[in-house]
Amino acid sequence: MLESSTPLVEMTDISIAFGGIKAVDHASISLRPGEVVGLLGHNGAGKSTLIKILSGAYKRDAGDIRINGEPAVINNPRDAKAYGIETIYQQLAVADNVDAAANLFLGREMVTPLGTLDDAAMESRAREVMGRLNPNFRRFKEPVKALSGGQRQSVAIARAILFNARILIMDEPTAALGPQETAQVGELIKQLKADGIGIFLISHDIHDVFDLADRVVVMKNGQVVGQARTKDVTKDEVLGMIIMGKVPPGAQPGPGAIVG
Amino acid sequence: MADQHAISTPAHPSSFTQNPVQRFLIATEVDTRLLGMIGALAIIWVGFNIFSGGLFLTPRNLWNLSVQTASVAVMVTGMVLVIVTRNIDLSVGSILGVVGMVMGIMQTQILPVQLGLGLGHPLIWVLSLLVGLLVGVGIGGLQGAIIAYLRVPAFIVTLGGYLVWRGAAWWVTMGRTVAPMDPTFQLIGGGPAGSIGFTWSWLVAAAACCAIGLGLYLGRRQRRRFNFPQRPLWAELSLAILGCGATIGAVWVANAYPWPVRIAANYAEANGIPVPEGGLFISHGIAIPVLIALGVGLAMSFLSKRTRFGRYVYAMGGNPEAAELAGINTRWVTVKIFMLMGGLCAIAAAISSARLNAATNALGTLDELYVIAAAVIGGTSLAGGVGTIAGALLGAVVMQSLQSGMVLMGLDSPLQSIVVGAVLVFAVWLDTLYRRNKQ
Repeated sequence: MLESSTPLVEMTDISIAFGGIKAVDHASISLRPGEVVGLLGHNGAGKSTLIKILSGAYKRDAGDIRINGEPAVINNPRDAKAYGIETIYQQLAVADNVDAAANLFLGREMVTPLGTLDDAAMESRAREVMGRLNPNFRRFKEPVKALSGGQRQSVAIARAILFNARILIMDEPTAALGPQETAQVGELIKQLKADGIGIFLISHDIHDVFDLADRVVVMKNGQVVGQARTKDVTKDEVLGMIIMGKVPPGAQPGPGAIVG
Repeated sequence: MADQHAISTPAHPSSFTQNPVQRFLIATEVDTRLLGMIGALAIIWVGFNIFSGGLFLTPRNLWNLSVQTASVAVMVTGMVLVIVTRNIDLSVGSILGVVGMVMGIMQTQILPVQLGLGLGHPLIWVLSLLVGLLVGVGIGGLQGAIIAYLRVPAFIVTLGGYLVWRGAAWWVTMGRTVAPMDPTFQLIGGGPAGSIGFTWSWLVAAAACCAIGLGLYLGRRQRRRFNFPQRPLWAELSLAILGCGATIGAVWVANAYPWPVRIAANYAEANGIPVPEGGLFISHGIAIPVLIALGVGLAMSFLSKRTRFGRYVYAMGGNPEAAELAGINTRWVTVKIFMLMGGLCAIAAAISSARLNAATNALGTLDELYVIAAAVIGGTSLAGGVGTIAGALLGAVVMQSLQSGMVLMGLDSPLQSIVVGAVLVFAVWLDTLYRRNKQ
């Protein structure tokens, strides 16, 4: 049913090299509205690098990016945001020394008619969004430094949904979280999916993403091993793709697949 | 939870503590660190007053102290932003030197002679100041661009700048001292004429008190609009009384310092005022450089707390990568910070050279170290992300108090340097302890 609509994101034949090392080698990946795509692979498989090209943190050496079927120019994080692409980074990219509201609105502050920061309005909006996401969150006045890993992650996620992202990239979104907070993030992903937002979930741990994702794409040594709909394959088969590059019958092989 | 918020305004956190001191501190929401600094300053002042035999806490000394602090105070407000973004500026003293020279040449040679305005033309001081500001902002922008776009560390760029601009200051006149300054320009430096006098000082005090009241009222209204916890009314009142009290006290001190007898007598003669028995009492009032420094302090506080630029500065200091990923143009912000720093150096240059009534190539020597020390004593962290304008201004007052206090005590110059250096290290150590305990 999803295959018929125009892909939200289409990245074709993307390559990037650092020094002599091909971090991403002719990788292609797509995402449709309301779809959750799990991007899997070992540490160093190139998944974070590939996705950082989409979020504007790296510039690709070759390949095309299309958003809604139109060629997109993404040279920096600002460009990516203009296309509705929001990223939640693995290393919790928040400014530690300012409070939650300041982080939520960083780079897009609300201002009064005089052009000064409208802190009260921002805090009020922050309370609203955080209330939906994490009702136990109370520490609005403190620098983010003082918060727990889960609270910081909820700030990062709230930041993305606050600006009506259409494409959400989550790089190991639950790596720093406890079980309860992980379940919360899972619920949130379902909620966002229902709103028609396309989500890339990046992880090296298949258990984090298998139940949430509609489709998985596996990378190894910078290349795409293959992709599959999660209902067509088992966890063990996907594990085989991650570890050995072996593509099961239910999956579509990519350039990095081991033949035979 | 949301329904509860809609029904009643949540209680202020101060209503949960019993200890009256703690309750007062939480209710007024004052920065305890700043309060500690004010306490330290009070100890220094009282201590010097005792050891100098009552010479320190006199209107005359406090007024002089305020004028002596002005130049460093202006520069330290910019240094806070520089250090908050994990940079440093070692060139401020040299920029001050070269800009002072440029302004001196402008008002003694280029404008009156080469452009034929004639000495004492009313436009001279404005044009000189303007050219000085342009040169300062230009130098800062150049250094900032090298730091931000060519990725040369700020330490190196401004260390180079330290030598380059000091050399340039020398080179402008081949080492000659430029004097005297334009009479109007001299007012920027203070002195009996460069002070606003009795009536205007009280008007400034009245305006400041009104502003304090208005600020508290607007803050309260804003909190009500969004249903945030309110400070208790008694806390707001104590804040208003403390703020206005400090303002009135400062102006009272400034007005208690009269013009020197000879100058007052000359003035009376020139204006046909009869001199009463025991001499004429004409108040200095607030000195113009002090007003400039206060204005700069207010403007910079506003910039750092209430504008996007300020927010970006602190976010960049906390996590440069996160700021970049949030879509902030961090390089351009860096350039703007250094341009601002250059502009502030130009203002400080005007104050210093006007006060000296001359531009010399040694003007501003060692100022970079005093400015950095004042910022650090004022709680700016060299690790980045932390520091306030108000704290840095207090730091500047502490530095200057130490120096003039030691002069009053008759301490030798080498001893003065030793004490100032030791106090700097001690202050930062205390601050480290404070931060560690707070976490």
